[in-house]
Formats: sequence, C-alpha cells, structure tokens
Amino acid sequence: MQIPAAFEYERATSIENALELLQQRGPEARLLAGGHSLLPMMKLRLAAPEHLIDIDPLAEELGYIREADGEVRIGAMTRHRELLESELLADRLAIFTDAERVIADPIVRNRGTIGGALCQADPAEDLSAVCAAVKASLVIRGLDGERVLTMTEFHRGPYETAVGEAEMLVEIRVPLVMNAGSAYEKVERRVGDWAVAAAGAALRLEGGTVAEAGLALTAVGGGVTCERAEASLANQMPVEAAFVAAADLAADDCSPTADQRGSAEYKRHLARELTLRALRSAAARALGEREY
Amino acid sequence: MQVALTINGEERSADVEPRTLLVHFIRDDLDVTGTHWGCDTSNCGACVVLMDGEPVKSCTVLAASAAGHEITTVEGLAHDGELDPVQQGFIEEHGLQCGFCTPGMMLTARALLDRNPNPTDEEIREAISGQICRCTGYLNIVKAVRWAADHTAAPIAGS
Repeated sequence: MQIPAAFEYERATSIENALELLQQRGPEARLLAGGHSLLPMMKLRLAAPEHLIDIDPLAEELGYIREADGEVRIGAMTRHRELLESELLADRLAIFTDAERVIADPIVRNRGTIGGALCQADPAEDLSAVCAAVKASLVIRGLDGERVLTMTEFHRGPYETAVGEAEMLVEIRVPLVMNAGSAYEKVERRVGDWAVAAAGAALRLEGGTVAEAGLALTAVGGGVTCERAEASLANQMPVEAAFVAAADLAADDCSPTADQRGSAEYKRHLARELTLRALRSAAARALGEREY
Repeated sequence: MQVALTINGEERSADVEPRTLLVHFIRDDLDVTGTHWGCDTSNCGACVVLMDGEPVKSCTVLAASAAGHEITTVEGLAHDGELDPVQQGFIEEHGLQCGFCTPGMMLTARALLDRNPNPTDEEIREAISGQICRCTGYLNIVKAVRWAADHTAAPIAGS
C-alpha cells in the first residue's frame, strides 16, 4: 500500500489565506492543487511536506481561460481537461490543445492543473515547454503583491521554480498575436506516459518571414528553451531549410540523459525530429492551413 | 480530522488521518467496498469514482480534498432496484470477465453518457483510455457502453 508520510492538512479559503498559511507554516509547507504530481511523489517519499495547504477550494476562482488586453489569461487552477476543451486555445494557441491530448489520460486530466504542473516542474512535464514556446508570463502572488516573470525566469530546472516560500502562481498570460501558429509534438512509449522527448514551437510571421520564434523541449535536459535555435529563425522564410537548421541547433543544445525511456542518442534524435515537425505544423497554422 | 461527504446520496463522515486516500476512506472507513483498489499509482483506473459527476482516480485524491463533495460509487448506479443502462449493457454484451475493472469502467461510462448521450466508438475508447482491463475485454466494454447509449430513453422534452 502506498500512502504518503503524515502531514498537517489545511484548506485555504482564499488566495490571501493560502499565502498567510504558507508564511505561518514555513518552508516545510506545500500547496496541493490537483494533486496528480505531488501525491504520487509523496507516496514514493520523493516529497514529504510537513504541512499541506489544499487550494482545491480555489478551483473556481482560479479556474478560467479568458481573453483580455491582447492576451489569453489562464488561472493557475485550470484543469487539463478545460485546457483541452477550450475553443479559444484550439483556435488561437493550438499548442495547448496538441499537448493536452497527450498529457496522461482523461481521468487524470479531470484533476491535474496547469499551475500544479508548472510549479512541480517535472523535467518530463509538457506545459513548461508549451508556455516557454509561446513566451508566456507567469503571475506570482505574495503577501506584498504580484510579480510577473518570463518562463526563463520562472523555470529554474527540474523540480525548481522561482516561486518563493510564501508565494503562489496565480495566472499564466499568453500573448495573442496575429499571423501566428504553434504546435506540440511528443513521443511517448505508450498512451498516457511521460514524454520520451517532446518539442513545442511557435512562429509569428510578418511580411512572409519569421518575425518571432519560440522553441522549447521537454525531457531532454534541465532547461526548456532553445535560444540559439530560436534566434536562427529570425527573419528567415518559413521553409524547410530554415526549420532543419533550427532543429539541428535545438538538438545540439539539449542535454538528454539515458534512462528506461531511451538512450541519450535516441532522445537527441527525437529532439531534432520533433522540433522539425512542430515547426512545420506551427508554420502551416500561421499561414492559415489549419490541419487539426 | 473529520471528513464529511455525500456518497451515493447519503451524508457520511469519519475521523481519519489527513493522509488517508479517498479509495481507502470509501472502502475501509465508510465500508462501501464496491470500489476496487488497484495499482496505487493512478495508472490502472480500478479505483475510479465520480466526484461531482466526473470520474477521478480515488487513489490519487485525499479524502480530505473530497470533503463536501458528492461521490458516486458503483453502488450508486442502480436506482430503486433497477440497474443503470450501463450495468445492463455490461450484462448484455458480456462487458466483464474477472470484474476487477468493471466498477471504474461503468462509472466512467456513466459520466461519458451524461455529457454525451450518443458517443462514437472512438469517444468511448478515449473516455476509458485511462483504465486498464487485464482480461483485455475492451471490445465488449465498448459494446456494453454502446448498448447503454442505444437503450437509454431519450429525455422527455422540458423535463
């Protein structure tokens, strides 16, 4: 029987209350969102918080996907299922829809949340790369107010983010731009498994060339972004040769390690191939040839 | 801590450790044993119950988090001695062999049909894709859900 180690349990009644509880309970306190990453880790004693502050009561307040001021704003407690079923995301930011189709299974997606996934920062977790590719901003709230970080600032490495002890991620903001397309490609050993490797791509076109590119990888090393590959696409025509060059750079710059999911060599091969596929699909969507 | 929730329409509560998982709370503390306890790792789906009408893997939900919510287990499917069409479908189409996955499969099917009364076979397969049947009776499970969809009286307009 797998049971977490004992902990003190409290239910947050508001965001403010959650932050106060975090401050009072100190560094051994953790927030519990959907629980589908944290509880499995607690069962395996990979995590053993002394205090759990359940923010499930905030699911309504922090569960939303809405358009405001040229951005899509996603509440941190928005569940995977809502992301998958969002027409706004399918229409304008299909990278989320692509990723959500292959995150775990429909029942897990009923509970798991975007904020939980990003804050857990599992190196094989998909939404960090999705958010990095589309240059999302992360709104972190503390008792003294809010700060807004880029994904590069937020995601510090496996299981490590910039969220401080008495802070919580409350919202994810994604810019909505015209002539843009995005896509996510993943290879898994079996349906619902973590990624062997995956790649996210986002392109904004202007006058027939790439004005802005976002590329990010999952499960092939600590970081998620691919700066050199992104820079290589600037002002290029959105054509195969440019995509191949960018995919080569993304694969060169990642640092996969061998494990039960595959050798480092295989994962690097996947990083290249999946970056290429994601770029092709993102470009097709940006040009209006929507194939989803 | 005291955890109170509604299970199959009945309000129940028990004093448990905060780390108690919903599956054990239902089976051991409330003594409602139709829910099966399988892999412990949110992979197999034997422990699926409905929480406010949506399927969840009860091995990966704290009982404490389910407090105040409405839980439906396999015992809550039949009404007034009459089987739910999903249960009847599993009988008609031989949707079970050993029966271990059956409670979870039927609850997921119920939630699917509540949202989508006439799903395609593809949609049925997708809905149960987080659950494992080790007798590999998937074909008949899909047929059973199909049977239930085909044999559910259309809701009367305005009711």
